[in-house]
Amino acid sequence: MATGTESTGFAIHPMDQFVVRPLFSDAPIQWYTVTNVTLWLAIAVLCVLALMVFGTNRRAMIPCRSQSLAELAYGMVYNMVEEVTGREGIKYFPYVMTLFLFVLFANLLGLIPASFTTTSHVAVTATLALIVFLSVTILGFVNKGPGFLKMFWVESAPLPVRPVLAVIELISYFVRPVSHSIRLAGNLMAGHAVLKVFAGFASMAIISPVAVGAVTAIYGLETLVAVVQAYVFTILTCVYLRDAVGENHH
Amino acid sequence: MEGDIALMGAYIGAGLAAIGCGAAGIGVGHIAGNFLSGALRNPSAAASQMANLFVGIAFAEALGIFAFLIALLLMFAV
Repeated sequence: MATGTESTGFAIHPMDQFVVRPLFSDAPIQWYTVTNVTLWLAIAVLCVLALMVFGTNRRAMIPCRSQSLAELAYGMVYNMVEEVTGREGIKYFPYVMTLFLFVLFANLLGLIPASFTTTSHVAVTATLALIVFLSVTILGFVNKGPGFLKMFWVESAPLPVRPVLAVIELISYFVRPVSHSIRLAGNLMAGHAVLKVFAGFASMAIISPVAVGAVTAIYGLETLVAVVQAYVFTILTCVYLRDAVGENHH
Repeated sequence: MEGDIALMGAYIGAGLAAIGCGAAGIGVGHIAGNFLSGALRNPSAAASQMANLFVGIAFAEALGIFAFLIALLLMFAV
């Protein structure tokens, strides 16, 4: 609808940074095409690998920087799983840790100028959220059997209200992957679009100093948002996992 | 002409949807403010409640993100 750069008056269109482009040819994008999205997803995976390999290859008593970073992330996620999901959730810790590091690095790599923010695409985050949703549903039925459905039947409510609550709980259960994915993608996309809008203002001579200051400030805010959103994504995964593995205290 | 009116409606709708983002801001501010006032009363319990703080903020923010999504859809997809 907004047809292009000329209609908005911006030197840089704020949404241009999210365009998926094939890297090596101009052929239409197939599922196997190497695009900028797949390139930056691969770089995120390599960064996670590098952090863990360099963090653990020289296990020193006094840790070097990469080792303390890796230990910090490990300890934080481990405590989170133990605290939120409970003792039974510990066996799913590797998955949660993988998810956290991947989302964190994908977010942070998007902050490098001229890079591509993979997590700003709903296709990427929806994949992650759907994996969480499906595995929580399957694990719930595996661990609890049909008793998993008791989650929707709120025992603490008075009997006449329970069917209504069951419908609401059911809807909120199925909205989970939507909000889980849109939260991450929306936050990242909105933040990066705001950065580009202020970068567009920087080309206008009068407000250029203000715009450059604002871009710097927003960049700091975006760094915070990148870390917090990775944290939130992970902690919500733990909250959802609790329904599947923990005792029923919903 | 009809296309222009439809365009105007879409843009007005996007602006109205942006109200939802502000409302989510109110909600997040409530949570953070109440957390802070509780944390100042009992600082020793504050650190253990950080997870609940972030989960609460995330749930409140989700609806604002939905509103933002509707605005984006109206601007670029409809």
